[in-house]
Amino acid sequence: MNIPADLKYSSEHEWVRAEGDEASIGITDHAQQALGDIVFVELPEVGDEVGAGEAFAVVESVKAASDVYAPVSGKIIKVNERLFASPELVNSDPYGSWFVVVLMSDPGELATLLSAEDYNKFCEEE
Amino acid sequence: MDILHKTPLFDVHRRSGGKMVEFAGWALPVQYNSILAEHEAVRSRAGLFDVSHMGKVTVRGKGAFDFLQRIATGDIGVLVDGQAIYSLMCYPDGGVVDDILVYRFGPGDFFLVLNAANTDKDYNWLVQNNIEGVKISNVSEDFAQIALQGPRSEKILQALTETDLNNLRFFRMLCDVEIAGAKCMVSRTGYTGEDGFEIYTGPDSAPALWDAILEAGKPCGVVPAGLGARDSLRLEACLPLYGHELSADITPIEAGLGRFVRFDKPDFIGRAALAACSSKGAARKLAGFEMEERGVPRANYPVESAGREVGFVTSGGYSPTLKKNVGLALLEADRAGQGDKIDVVIRGKKLRAVIVPIPFYKKHYKKK
Repeated sequence: MNIPADLKYSSEHEWVRAEGDEASIGITDHAQQALGDIVFVELPEVGDEVGAGEAFAVVESVKAASDVYAPVSGKIIKVNERLFASPELVNSDPYGSWFVVVLMSDPGELATLLSAEDYNKFCEEE
Repeated sequence: MDILHKTPLFDVHRRSGGKMVEFAGWALPVQYNSILAEHEAVRSRAGLFDVSHMGKVTVRGKGAFDFLQRIATGDIGVLVDGQAIYSLMCYPDGGVVDDILVYRFGPGDFFLVLNAANTDKDYNWLVQNNIEGVKISNVSEDFAQIALQGPRSEKILQALTETDLNNLRFFRMLCDVEIAGAKCMVSRTGYTGEDGFEIYTGPDSAPALWDAILEAGKPCGVVPAGLGARDSLRLEACLPLYGHELSADITPIEAGLGRFVRFDKPDFIGRAALAACSSKGAARKLAGFEMEERGVPRANYPVESAGREVGFVTSGGYSPTLKKNVGLALLEADRAGQGDKIDVVIRGKKLRAVIVPIPFYKKHYKKK
């Protein structure tokens, strides 16, 4: 299982790549493996506000729909529309397939997330 | 998963990386590697499924034929030895107890295949309605059941048996076939919309038989396949699934299965209600639809027409073959015409869909 060292992680299996006040968010390799073949991604609109812990997107595998939760709060400033036509990218390249970019309202929330090492432990225990 | 029933192939699935889930009280693989890859393999080559969870019941005795004529909506009288018929069992009000296969082995010797989730309910229903001179036995545990499905199935299986499978016609069974050394019953049946076979063998013979089929089928590209692909394949072929398109609250007429209800045979349970439903026209109708807007329809999502709820989705999902999101819905009959627009309510959003002809997928495989 791939867990890049330079990202932050949530216990709901999202990853966060922070650059300044901006955070790109996706789902982890562990998450895509657990879901299986992803056939659909539903994303919020640019301008929507999300709160940490809130469902902001939906991924659907062949079998079922699953919520994706925002690890940090803020305003959506970009959505990855490539995933509309090619949702399978989430399977093949989970860390390249960001769902949204959020302008964080409280970058301090990043400190509450898991490091790669902690997330690896979390996955092993789960 | 310890409290779940295990099929004779449980250890084989675990060993070969099957992702085990609960289904109807059984531990079964939902997939091995990828539902999409397994689906595609069955459409283009072959897939091997463990369907040992299906219920099996024998009905024997001099009254067996009359009993089954009364229980089933189909005409058991058309069967010859070694032939099967798809039929419904209905309640007096026309709701469905289960959809089943009835095989005739001999004049007083029948073999029923039931949905796993309904096995106990069906068995009790049969016993409750039994008549003199009929012995009903639940033999579910006596057999493993393996389905080999896909256009290359015959070629793969033929390599493992002396019996000429080319002569085995659609919905026919051979009762004494040796496959890779195992005594088997083999029928040309399935639940995928492809040519294929269902193989019944003793629980102890199943693991070696499973391995032998995968090994012999390697050059043909056979893969083990799970419940996920089984469901997406049957949805494309619009084969009904009990608890979705059929239930105690849905009649076969509403579900579009009127051709399996024979009013020209002796009386059967549910006949009066179904005849009434058929002659005045069912108020609800099962229809197929394709999403026009982005969204995946799932079972029980509401369906609206002109802002009013007119039914619900019975099954839905992504069709790997069509590369579209499709579904079946039980709708008010006058809202279910081909080309009619409907809205599927997905997570509170109304998304446009259009009624299309079904099945979504039809292959003209061997039905001689």
